[in-house]
This record gives sequence, C-alpha cells and structure tokens, in this order.
Amino acid sequence: MAEQLLSGLKVVECGNFISAAHCAKMMADLGAEVVKVEEPGAGDESREYGPFPDDIPHPERSGLYLYLNANKLGITLNIKTATGQRILKELLKDTDVFVENNPAKLMKEWELDYARLKKINPRLIMTSITPYGQTGPYKDYKAYAINCCAVGGVSQITGHHWREPLTMPVSLGHYQAAIAAAGATMVALLARDVIGHGQQVDISEAEVWATYHVGFGVTKYTGGAGDGLTKGYLGGGMTYPAGRLIPCKDGYIALVAPQLKQWLKFLELMGTPDWTKDPRYRDRHAMQDDYPEEVDALLTPWFLERTKKEIFDICEKNAIPFAPMYDMADEVNDPHLKAREFFVTVDREEVGKLEYPGAPYKLHDAPWALKRPAPLLGEHDEEIYCKRLGYTRGDLTALERAGII
Amino acid sequence: MAQFPLEGYRVIDFGSAWAVPQMTHIAADMGAEVIKVESHLRVDYGRVAKVAVPKGVSVKTPADLAAFDPDQLETSPVFHIMNRDKRAITVDFTKPRGAELLRELCRKSDIVADNFTPGVLDKYGLGYKALKALKPDIIVVSLCFAGHTGPLKNTRGYAPIITALGGTDSLVGYHDEVNPCALRFAYGDHVSAIYGAYAMLAALVYRNRTGKGQYIDISEWEATLSLLGEPLMDYIMNKRVQRPRGNRVPNMAPHGFYPCKGDYQWVSIAVKTEKEWSSFCKAMLNPPWSKEARFSDLRSRLQNQDALDKLVGEWTKNYTPYEATEILQEVGVAAAPFMISKDQYHDPHFQARGTFVNVTHPKSGPEVLYGVPWRLSDTPGEVRSSGPLLGGDNEYVFKGLLNVSDEEYNRLIEEKVIF
Repeated sequence: MAEQLLSGLKVVECGNFISAAHCAKMMADLGAEVVKVEEPGAGDESREYGPFPDDIPHPERSGLYLYLNANKLGITLNIKTATGQRILKELLKDTDVFVENNPAKLMKEWELDYARLKKINPRLIMTSITPYGQTGPYKDYKAYAINCCAVGGVSQITGHHWREPLTMPVSLGHYQAAIAAAGATMVALLARDVIGHGQQVDISEAEVWATYHVGFGVTKYTGGAGDGLTKGYLGGGMTYPAGRLIPCKDGYIALVAPQLKQWLKFLELMGTPDWTKDPRYRDRHAMQDDYPEEVDALLTPWFLERTKKEIFDICEKNAIPFAPMYDMADEVNDPHLKAREFFVTVDREEVGKLEYPGAPYKLHDAPWALKRPAPLLGEHDEEIYCKRLGYTRGDLTALERAGII
Repeated sequence: MAQFPLEGYRVIDFGSAWAVPQMTHIAADMGAEVIKVESHLRVDYGRVAKVAVPKGVSVKTPADLAAFDPDQLETSPVFHIMNRDKRAITVDFTKPRGAELLRELCRKSDIVADNFTPGVLDKYGLGYKALKALKPDIIVVSLCFAGHTGPLKNTRGYAPIITALGGTDSLVGYHDEVNPCALRFAYGDHVSAIYGAYAMLAALVYRNRTGKGQYIDISEWEATLSLLGEPLMDYIMNKRVQRPRGNRVPNMAPHGFYPCKGDYQWVSIAVKTEKEWSSFCKAMLNPPWSKEARFSDLRSRLQNQDALDKLVGEWTKNYTPYEATEILQEVGVAAAPFMISKDQYHDPHFQARGTFVNVTHPKSGPEVLYGVPWRLSDTPGEVRSSGPLLGGDNEYVFKGLLNVSDEEYNRLIEEKVIF
C-alpha cells in the first residue's frame, strides 16, 4: 500500500458514539494505525444505534458503527477498573495520539486525565472532545447533540421563527467537533516537532458551532446590528432568493442568486410574468427579509410543472445557480458521484458487501483509502495484547473472566 | 512554549467568501503567515457582502464600486471574521508580470489555497502542475463545490446549493410538516473549511516526514455528504429514504425544545436512560402524569411523544431557560438554554472560556470576533488582528519578499498589474 499522509502514526481511541470515533476515523483513513478501545459486552454505543438491515438490531450490523469504524483495529477493555486503566496506560506509552470523548470528571476519576498521562508518555497528544470543554462553568454538564446545538447557537437560525427551534439532524454537531479535533491534533503534531513534547487538545462541540458556524452572529450583535440570527438567510441582509426551497413536480429546488443578472435571466425563462413588474417584487432585499413566502408562492406554479432534472438542466444551461434538493437515494445513484468514485464497496463479515460514503477530499499522491472493514468486537484483542503488549493467552482468559476484556 | 506553532509557514490564499478564507484563517490564528491575493477587479466577496446598494445606484464596474466610500470595502464584519490575522495584496494575475510575481511568491510558500472553478488558475500558469515544477514539495488545496473532476465540476457552490445538492437539507425540517426547511447559514462552507484545514495540516505533517508535497482536491459536496453516514447507510441497507425528524430521535424521549417563561424562550432537554427519566421526574417533583404506564419506559414514551412533549412544556413554562437548566443539571439530566447570539456573548461559560475576543480594526475600530476554538494547552495560537486592508501588504510582499525594485513597483502600479 502506498505511503499515506499519516502512515506510521499511532492512535488509540476511547469513548462512545460519534465524536471520538469520527475524529479517529479521519486519521485512520489517511493511514494512521487506530486502535479502538471498546467496553467488553456491549461495546461502543453505536453498535446498538443502527440503522440495521431489515431493522433487526445486531451489534455487528449497525450501519453507523460500520461507517464510523472502518480502517480500525478493535480491542475490548474495561477502563472503569483499575486493571483496565493500568493496561490502557501500557498501550498509551507507545502511542502518539489518544482521542477520547468521555466526561472530564470520569477521566479524572479513572486517573486517565492528561496531567497523569503526560507523565507516562511526554510525547502523547491527548485529544479530548466534550460538549462544553475541559474548563468553564458548564464543563461537567450533561449534554447530547440537541443541547450543544442550543448553546452553540445554530438552533436560532434553524427552523421557522414562528414555532419552536430545531436541532441539527443526525447528530451533525458530533461530527463538527470531530473534524475540529482532527485538525487541532494535526497542529499538535506539528507543534511537537518544535517543542519536543505533546499536549492536550480541548474541543467543545458547542464552541465549534458557536464559532465557525454562527460566530458572525456575535460580531453582528456586538456591532449593534441585532440580537440574533432568528429571521432569514444568515439572519437577514441578503437578496431574494437566498436559501429558498420551492416544491417541484418530484421534489424541491434550492434557489440562490447573488447576482441580479442571474435572477433576471430566470424571470426571463419563466416568461417574465406580470407580477414581476409590480414594484413590491423588484426590491430583492425586502422580498428576502420581509415576505419571502409570498414570493415563493408566486414561483411555485412554474416549478410544480417541472421535474428536478428538467429544472437543473435549464438552470445549468443558463448559468442560473439553482439546484435540486437531493435525498439519500439521489446521492447514492448520482452519476457525478459515481464518476468521482465517492462510494466505496467493502465486504464485511456479518453484513456482506455494502457501499460506504468515501473520501471527503481527493489526495493525488497519498490517497485516502478504505483498507479494512470495521472490527468485530474484540477482533484484535490477541494481536494487541499478546503480540504487542506481551500478554499470554492464559492472561487473556483470566482478564476475560474478570470482565476486564 | 511556542504560542504560535505554525510560525514560519507561509500560505497563499486565493480564496473568496467563506470556505477557503475560513480554512486559511485557522492556520493564521496559529501563527502561519497567510497572504490573501485579491485585485481591484476581484475583491473578496466578503468585502462587498454587506454593501446594500441604495436605490438608483449601479455597481456594475469597479469604478462604480470606487464611487462609494472606499472604506465600504474595509468595514465588512464578515470579511473581518474570515480574514483575521492575514496579510493582503492586490495583483492582476491575468497580466503576465502579475502571474509571474505570484508564481515566485508561491515558490517561497508552503501552501497555496483556492476556490476557483476548475481550470482558472491553470490558465494563468498558477495551477498545481506549474507550481510543482517550481517547488516540488508545494501543497495545493483546491476547494470548490463538486471537485475538479466529474460531470458537474463546473457547478457553482453557493452555500444553499451545497446543503441542497449535498443532501443535508433533505433531513432538516419539522417532524409534522410536509416540506423540509432549508438551512439558513453557510453550513456547507464551514464544514468544508474545517475539513480543508485538517487535510491541509495533515499534508504538512506528511511533508515534514517525507519531503513530499500534495495536491488536495476538496469537493464541498463530498465533504458535507460524508457526514451523512447514518441516513446513507439506511438507504444502502434498506432502500429507505430518511426524511426530516424535527427534534425527535429514535433513542431518546423526552427530546426537544420546550417553552420557557418569556418571549421565544426555550430549554433543550434530552432524556436517554431510565435513570435520567426517573431523575427528570424527581426534578419535576413527580407529577402524577409521570407515573402513567404510557410514559413508563423509552419505547412507550416514544409512542406517546406528542402528549409527553405537551406535559413537559407545562412544567418548563414556569421557568426561564437558565433556571430549568440548573434544576435539571443538578439531577444529571441533559438540559441547556436555547441561545441567540446576544445570549452567547453574555453567557458565563463562553465568557470564562474567552470564546469571543476583542480586536481593533484600523477603519472599523473595536470589534468582537470568535477566537480560537482549537484549544491546545501548550501552543494555543491567538487572534491578533482583524481583516487586512485591501492591498495593505503590497510593499511588504512585492518589495520585501519578492525584491521588486522601487522603480518597477511604481511602474507596476501605473500599469495596473499591482492593482
């Protein structure tokens, strides 16, 4: 296998569900060796989350688990026990990056906090992903994805302002934290060459939302331009159409037209209906901020007569940047994504051959690659404990009986 | 301790608007020297995004733009956020000497980032092939909507299109409404920026180890789609197309935003385990309804969510979001206030962490930008300056870095090469 960007990097992952797993996955996909540590018995929570083939739950057939944990080695270890903690520390002695998303309070209780770990391996980089971070009044608050969206400020701009706010779908916040954590880990790796030792990377999911995604809202507020981002695209100030979704014959079309000429060209294609001559519909700022639903309704009849494909074709030909809203069926069957070889097929015990979403970027000389499927629970216990840490099979049996692995 | 771990690296930023500028400011915050390339014929979209054109005024040409108060191009908050800690030059690379100077600048740099449609930079000898010939270990990051290959590669990637074609919008909406709600912030751009930053920095790690460069082609479509593994696998395994679920999830109830005291005030609550449920009931002082069989376990709560949400809302409406949060966190239940930007700025947690920082811009004066959410204990980086002035670093770059003589420099300005 050709050299990859992170070949030779040793990563250990501990935690549950999405954020630590996706962060470690990003490194595994670039050639890092990732050892995923799961609790014996049930394993990672994502194993019971699904989706499952035919909706029949099975710990080795969870779509989310399979997607998040390909390219990793898997071991079991009960890090809630003193023995488990000791064994983990052995593993961390020869590790570059330790990714975890456990509550800080528990990591301290388990004596796995950074202050202790840096003593056993000064070059270790510990990447900790939590809802609110390692410091601050909320650091020990319990939170799931919806809570991070609330505090993160993205819910203020998601949904309709005339009813309750919305969370972001499918726990997307966990992924934001994961990507930020992976990037920050790269900085820590580069820094290690300069300062000669590791450090802790502290990523808060709520903070990632609050900065990269909607941080501009705080700049606007402190600049005296309104308290929040509740109404309109980016909280207002854009020209119609900006982020409008219009139903068509077989789905929806997303409309955006930053340049006036794009909008005028579209009106021309529609046959320049009479309402476009009304001054109420010539002020694109007012249309967008004050009565967008009204304009949507005026456009809808033209859209309802045409399919997603027809509309996309017309728009592409006329340099109008409208596009269909794709659902998951559209994505999996799309010719452009096929040409890009975005989906990758992997054969895996218990589920057989399945397609998986592939690389989020193309690297020309050191490619992203899906080399092995997600591990079965404890699949690499022997390889790691015996071959690497020097335990005997007898030791393993004893550890198993004691519920450590 | 080196506060700025990326000091000594140089990044050339050809980007405009959100994704690529945000991607490179991440490096700038950590100490990299990021030089933004614009020209008076093509300023960063962020500079003009806030310009509301008065009635009767046309801004079709650069002369029109210049007819405005020139400071309009310097005072856009969105531009400042995305381009803090950077230097900026103006050069017309469609003129041969302009392209030549930029090639030389790239030769002296580590990373070159752009979000042009495929082929634009190649046309002027600034694509990966040309740059690699000058500097074999150069890292080029090209980010655009659909990537540099494939039938849709020329599709323009405005933010609403990324989340529509990228599949995310199909999952956003209320569980009880027919139509989805489009996302109203540039989610796709921000995901791409953070992904791009990761790939860019991983390429630096690789270069330091092997001496080799890299060409990274990022498709915003693929970057955002790759986070939808959960619904994608549902279609791949079961041919089922997931629709918006609103504030409902399959493994928690109650789960949602519940109304609080005041105007448009909400608290988010998520109850996952039976232990959390009984703590939640205790915090509500065990109202009789909480003992009903239809709420006794997760499965039955999921089946009776409408009724459950209504009853929870009757409890929460007696409290402010912060009060409800405190009561529930006290017993280990996940609750948090719904916040708008104003709330976030004044919130004690964000204040304690210094999430938002103060900077001063030479034209706009004091402003608040988000800080550095990548918190590294030993090499934290910092936001030191706001967005750069248009062409503000021309002398530093052309005379200082590229050794252009005073005489040529003045001539290039006259000839509108440095422009």
